[in-house]
Amino acid sequence: MNLTAIIFSFVFVILALFLSNAFRLGLGKDIIITCIRATIQLFIVGYILKFVFGFDHPFVIILMLLIMILVAAKNAAQRGKEIPYAFWKIFLTIAVVEIITQGFLLGLKIVPAEPQYIISISGMIIGNSMIIANLFLNRLKAEIEMRREEIELVLSLGGSVKQSIFPILKQSIRASLIPTIEGQKTIGLVQLPGMMTGQIIAGADPIQAVKFQLLIVFLIMSAATLTAIILGFLIYPSLFNKEQQLEVF
Amino acid sequence: MENTEIELHNIKKAFADGSKKVQVLNGISAKVGKGTLLTIVGPSGSGKSTILSLCNLLQTPDDGEIYVNKLEVRKWDVQELRRYVGIAFQSAPMTKGTVLENLSLPLKLRGKALENPETYLEYVGLSAELLSREAKELSGGQRQRLSLARTLVNNPSVLLLDEVTSALDTKASQGIEELIQRINKERSVTILWVTHDLSQAERVGDETWLIKDGQLVEGAPTKQFFSEPKDERTKDFLNLLRSSL
Repeated sequence: MNLTAIIFSFVFVILALFLSNAFRLGLGKDIIITCIRATIQLFIVGYILKFVFGFDHPFVIILMLLIMILVAAKNAAQRGKEIPYAFWKIFLTIAVVEIITQGFLLGLKIVPAEPQYIISISGMIIGNSMIIANLFLNRLKAEIEMRREEIELVLSLGGSVKQSIFPILKQSIRASLIPTIEGQKTIGLVQLPGMMTGQIIAGADPIQAVKFQLLIVFLIMSAATLTAIILGFLIYPSLFNKEQQLEVF
Repeated sequence: MENTEIELHNIKKAFADGSKKVQVLNGISAKVGKGTLLTIVGPSGSGKSTILSLCNLLQTPDDGEIYVNKLEVRKWDVQELRRYVGIAFQSAPMTKGTVLENLSLPLKLRGKALENPETYLEYVGLSAELLSREAKELSGGQRQRLSLARTLVNNPSVLLLDEVTSALDTKASQGIEELIQRINKERSVTILWVTHDLSQAERVGDETWLIKDGQLVEGAPTKQFFSEPKDERTKDFLNLLRSSL
């Protein structure tokens, strides 16, 4: 893809701006900022990846992964800023999910231990975990606000903190996984996944692209489940104080 | 007091209201004897309900001590304290599920099964046929009876009642009153009953407290409280409410 093609792709931005203006949606500023940010961020990432792939040193790869996890945790922690240590609990969750999934991938030699595989796949895992953490915290907050009386009832009857929050935790974990499960049900029927499309455009054999995409689908499914469950169990004790009273939200 | 069940010692509690701090309880000291049925009255927002939630540590005092059966509440095992000091809320909240599931909840939380659910229902005046009904479908009065039965499953020595009849009609309210008096007499349960209904407080109480502006204005045997109040603020409070009836 040459520079002229990239410049022409801005036609789509102009179309979005025109529509926003025509229907007075008031999104013009957001569209411009989003496009500028996306362009700058992607080019920066492109150059960083080029450097990391060229360097090919485990320390650089680990550093890159740490930065990705930190940014993801910081983003998701916005949803749970009322919860003590939310950032560190999300960071730990995503790091554990990354270690488990990459451990399987590399340990079983499903993908080669090369930076372009490790970083690209990690990007998908970490990004997906970040979205799941966001969805989970959002739902948890809403459920607690709605069912506070139920929590206090169980506590007042001599139930433990875990017993009082468990049904809500389960509901929040389930709800945060629904978009992933629903999205994957229609995969290939409604939309072609980005990675598969990219591989096909780059000239790869579609069957080979499908095999890789399947790996990613399964990986994301398990990473999402792991994220919601690990985060749920790490987060809930922080919602209560030492006298077993619901303190957050 | 020889047989003190609950002792409040200079209790203070404040809540944050936005950036403002609202002092709800401001130095309350008092004792409640074992087996007493205490009624607590006072204007809305005076801190009556807060006293209840401090007694089973659903909230913690900012200052002062609360002794339950001579042990400071923070020295109790929290779960044991909450079984010893049961509470029934105004809304009689129910979990999803049947009457039986709700009734069994206190024992289920301890990994045990409830062997005689019918006995509990009969005790609170509910038919055993209701066991398989969805708890959330019950009427207000039935829910409140079930809520009391569920609290009794833990066999509490103290029962905290937070406006438990305020959402009920006169007939249902009278039924609950009789039931609570029976629990108090037959099971020797100490009861702290917050009510906005002065005639109810007068009918059922052994002792009555007036809480106003976060302070215990007057605490006396119920008959004396209503017939010969000593504090001017109690006289004003009683006169104001009686004149509005």
